[in-house]
Amino acid sequence: MSTFYFIAFLSIFFSILVISAKNPVHSILYLILTFFTFTIHYILMNAQFLAIVNFIVYMGAILVLFLYTLMLINLNKESEPVKPFMVKIAAVFGGGVLAVALVSSLKSLGVSDPVVLKNPELGLVKNLGKVLFNEFLLPFEVSSVLLLSAMVGAVLLATKDPQETKATI
Amino acid sequence: MELADIAIKFGLIIIIFAISLVVAMYSTYAERKIAAFFQDRVGPNRAGPWGILQPMADGAKMFMKEEIIPTNATPFLFIVGPSLAILTACIGSAVIPWGQNLVIGDKVIPLQVTDINVGILYIFGVVSLGVYGVMIGGWASNNKYSLLGAIRAASQNISYEISMGLSIIALLMVTGTLSLGEIAQQQHGWHWNVLYQPVGFLLFMICAFAETNRTPFDLPECETELVGGYHTEYSSMKLGFYLFAEYINMFISSAVMATLYWGGYNYPGMDWVTAHVGPVIGPLIGTGVFFAKIFAFIFFFMWVRWTIPRFRYDQLMDLGWKILIPLAIANIVITGIVITFLN
Repeated sequence: MSTFYFIAFLSIFFSILVISAKNPVHSILYLILTFFTFTIHYILMNAQFLAIVNFIVYMGAILVLFLYTLMLINLNKESEPVKPFMVKIAAVFGGGVLAVALVSSLKSLGVSDPVVLKNPELGLVKNLGKVLFNEFLLPFEVSSVLLLSAMVGAVLLATKDPQETKATI
Repeated sequence: MELADIAIKFGLIIIIFAISLVVAMYSTYAERKIAAFFQDRVGPNRAGPWGILQPMADGAKMFMKEEIIPTNATPFLFIVGPSLAILTACIGSAVIPWGQNLVIGDKVIPLQVTDINVGILYIFGVVSLGVYGVMIGGWASNNKYSLLGAIRAASQNISYEISMGLSIIALLMVTGTLSLGEIAQQQHGWHWNVLYQPVGFLLFMICAFAETNRTPFDLPECETELVGGYHTEYSSMKLGFYLFAEYINMFISSAVMATLYWGGYNYPGMDWVTAHVGPVIGPLIGTGVFFAKIFAFIFFFMWVRWTIPRFRYDQLMDLGWKILIPLAIANIVITGIVITFLN
């Protein structure tokens, strides 16, 4: 349990650093560390497959693309957009309202019962695969169609209009 | 776990770590000798007999050189870059089965640090993490050539990881397990996976070349266009770490290829040999065979480097996205059909 509290503390610590870091590249690096602590959380819950997938997909692929995009952006001080005073006031107000809402929700917070899995080995690849391909086959396949359509859409958006390219040349 | 077991594991980790470093060190020597052979030269032959002390001399040179951190660089990340590169290169060896279990007296010593049941995915995760060293170092240098090298490395690794993952899926359908230890055991004798998955092996090998940034895919450090690529601003041992990480990566990816596709420590007639020389020498011979396979792959890496010219960047992307990925998907479909019919 103490491991959990230590890792949970690290997760929160790094996620605070993500939003407080001045340099966007630094905040991405903190985000990588945050995701790494999530991986450790999954391992603590004996969900090995989720842990390693989180590691590969989030840390290894998505954040690489984030970093890739940020590296191409000009991050000099001069190019930083200066926000008008009223926008700052509005941001403070909005943040304050959110804080009030969160604090008030703490009042109705009860200590939840910990979920006890029927099978503590559920997170292992073999068991997870059996569950996914027997009980939840339809949602699993439908989500794959969803991902495919998203991919096709992204490709469609990224391809240039053939007539437009002709005009620019 | 008993104290003795912990001590054995610890010793195994130290030995594997030392072996990877020594192999990486002598890979630099081998590379120069092989390059010399291909170009009809002599190669390094001054330091010691046949120049075998050359890696030591190189190492001493790297350590002695002046360390420069550019004024406009981000100092902390500038140091983190090469450290991450060498760290990710070294942790991959933890799941590789180096040999059969040694039996000394009544004690069984597994020659694998840990056999987690998601071993392949672990390797895959480490590979995908490897690009951060290059990216962070390239960005922190605050140099446009370094940045371009880092960006090339990122897009190249992401592109080739996809076909690498797809080629592994076809292998998993054949083996039915993700644990490297079990995969090595299944290939007992001559039942090597390359016989069942030749296309998968070819895809995996091409992707391994791309992931280790070796020629013909060494565009992140392409010196004709980018000065030195991501390590342009690096000097001294920090540069040494980047170069060294490449050789360790080469060693580990050769070991992974040998384990996944070329039978690992298995060789034809191993039962007969083990029955004749006993349960200690037998597995050690298997380990020797495994290392012979690894060295053959390392030689192949170098052979390709000094034979094939570098790709152009658009050719690299075309190969990755338009040829390798469709081929990998076709391989999965055909493997699936064949398995269904055979059952």
